[in-house]
Parts: sequence; structure tokens; C-alpha cells
Amino acid sequence: MNFKAMTAMAALLFAPAAYAGGADDDTLIVNDEIEMVTKTAAPEHLDGALDQIISGWHFRADETQQLQTDDFENQGMIFVDQAMDTWNTAEGSEDKSCADCHNDPAESMKGVAATYPKWNEEAGELRTVQMQVNDCRESRMGAEAWKYDAGEAINMEAMIASHSRGMPVDVAIDGPVAEQWEKGKDIYYTRYGQLELACASCHEENYGNYIRADHLSQGQINGFPTYRLKNARLNGVHSRFRGCIRDTRAETFPTGSPEFVALELYVKSRGNGLSVEGPSVRN
Amino acid sequence: MASGVKPRVKAPSSATAGEVVTIKTLISHKMESGQRKDSSGNVIPRSIINRFTCDYNGENVIDVKMEPAISTNPYFEFEAKIPETGEFKFTWYDDDGDVYEDSKAVTVG
Repeated sequence: MNFKAMTAMAALLFAPAAYAGGADDDTLIVNDEIEMVTKTAAPEHLDGALDQIISGWHFRADETQQLQTDDFENQGMIFVDQAMDTWNTAEGSEDKSCADCHNDPAESMKGVAATYPKWNEEAGELRTVQMQVNDCRESRMGAEAWKYDAGEAINMEAMIASHSRGMPVDVAIDGPVAEQWEKGKDIYYTRYGQLELACASCHEENYGNYIRADHLSQGQINGFPTYRLKNARLNGVHSRFRGCIRDTRAETFPTGSPEFVALELYVKSRGNGLSVEGPSVRN
Repeated sequence: MASGVKPRVKAPSSATAGEVVTIKTLISHKMESGQRKDSSGNVIPRSIINRFTCDYNGENVIDVKMEPAISTNPYFEFEAKIPETGEFKFTWYDDDGDVYEDSKAVTVG
């Protein structure tokens, strides 16, 4: 927060409802080299809904923001390191490791996180990064699939995401995935639970406002998997969806369910143009 | 040995004589406080790193006693004066008797 923001806040003391906790104007540069696009024009399909898309990074306190600017202080990177060990470890009946086929992830996984969830032509289904990893484990390594959003799966997703940092999110929403994208959009605008809240109720209509003591962001997922200070580990997109729907006092969909895969595609497409930040740091 | 423990250190590889440099250290460790209970009500035994030291050419820079309230993946940032070419030696002491070590050489040129 700069001096201007401070004076703006002082002014806001007289009108607290108007802009409380809105996005700040800071710039995110990671390791002094990766310049992130954290605010940009909304993609076309959001016409009428949002003009500008803003990374969740802007809605966090300065201290939290700073943790993400250096890989050493970003504790999400600890899990990326652990995933690197897993990457090089042979497993399963084929006794193969990820590295045996994909070599150096800095090369082979570059840009992957920017385009997933993605249609897999061979399997005829929409796949998230974790689904793709599990398919590799089962069909090529002869290893057991990982549980969705758990330990090693989320670490691996973070490691893969880390090699796309700074690249713009660019998921396809047409062609074979159009139907699922529509389904995701339906879920986004459906009011769930006793509180009758849709994703849009908070993240489209009220971002920047307070929800209890916290600021609502636009609910962008360009920074996932996210290292959260509150639980000191990486959090997956589907787990976050679960948490949100649970908070509306509804029964949620399970992680890895077709509903959440569709919702992930839709929500990710709302961030088309923002930089991939994963693993990001949030509170 | 507690699982997934990995020390990480960030220190400059060169310095001028007498320069004060910043050192950052982080070790991944669950730092189980011994205050929590599992789902069946049993106390989860304490398992923390209880001491951290840093030496430069055998001379102690800092020596920290650590307590259970310190959160997971403890991070230390401190400054040290570099008199001559040498090596930092970092040591973490685990409750279970394990000792984790790392070192960083600094050249004065």
C-alpha cells in the first residue's frame, strides 16, 4: 500500500461502505524477474459482468503479498521441492518416474498450467492437471492414482504450475469443451445452500467488500495451488470450491467430480489474461 | 527422522571484508507442538526442532533455543559480518536426536 492508498483510506473512514478493502495498485514481480499481469481487461465472455479482472494477490495485506515475491519466502515452494523429488522417483509396475518420459519439467511442463483444464482428444474428456497426472501414473507407470487434491497430487500440480509462472492463463472454452464450460457457468451463477449464495454473489457482485473480517476477491484461480497461511499447506482449486459451497451451508460436490472440473474450467476462463501465479501465497 | 525435512539457506557467495550480509534460512518441518490431539483424542507427541545454530569459521553467529509455539517450517533471517573468506555452517537439532546440517561458502574478494 502506498501513501496515496493511505490517504484514500483516511478519506474512506467517512464512507466505509464504498470501497472497503478494494484492490490496491501494487506490482507483483517474483524473484526480481517474473513480472506478473495481475490486472487486465476482462475476456470477451465476461462482457457485462466484469470490466477488469484482478488477481487475488491485490486483495491481500502487504505482508502477505510480499511473501509471494521471493521463492525463498514463498513456503509453497517447499512443496514444489518435494514434488521434484517425487518427479525423479520411479514407481509402479513399470518402474518409471515422471522424469523418464518428461525429462526436465522446466522445459516439458512450461505453459501446461496456463491451458488446463483441457480437452483430451484420445480419452474424449475434459481433464485437469491432476487428472492428467493420474492417467500417466495409472496407464504409463502402472502406479496407483493419487487422491484428488491430497499431499503428493497437489504438490505435483504446484510444481507444474511453477513452470508456467508469468505466462497468461489461456484456457480454451469453445469446441469440445463448450458444453462443460456452459455447465460450469451454470454452477457459478446457481445459488446454493441455506444462505442461497452463488459464486457470483460474492466474487462478482461484491469483490473488494468485506466478508466478516476478510476481503472478498474476484475468486480468480490463476494463483492455484495456493499456500495458505491459515493451514500452512497447499490448497487445491476443488478444495477451495468445497470450502466456499460448504460456507453457503450446502452439501458440496466431491473434489475431482465432473461438476468441479466444469466449474474449474469456467472459473479459470474468467482469468484468461492474468498471469499464472501458482503456487501463490494467501491468508 | 521426521519426514520431509529439508533445510534451505540463502546467503551471498561473495562479500567484501567487513561487510554485513543478510542470511535467510528455512527448514521444512511439521513442528508438532505436543498440545494437539488426534481424531480419537490421543495427544499427538511433540516433535519440533529445538535448537538452531549458525557458525562462521568456527565462530558462533547465533544460537537459538526454539519452543513448541513456533509454527511449521521455521524461518530465520539474520545478519552477519564477514571478516574473511570462509564458510557458514548451519545446524538444526530435532527433538528425536536428528541433526540437520547445511553450509555455504563465502569468498571475500
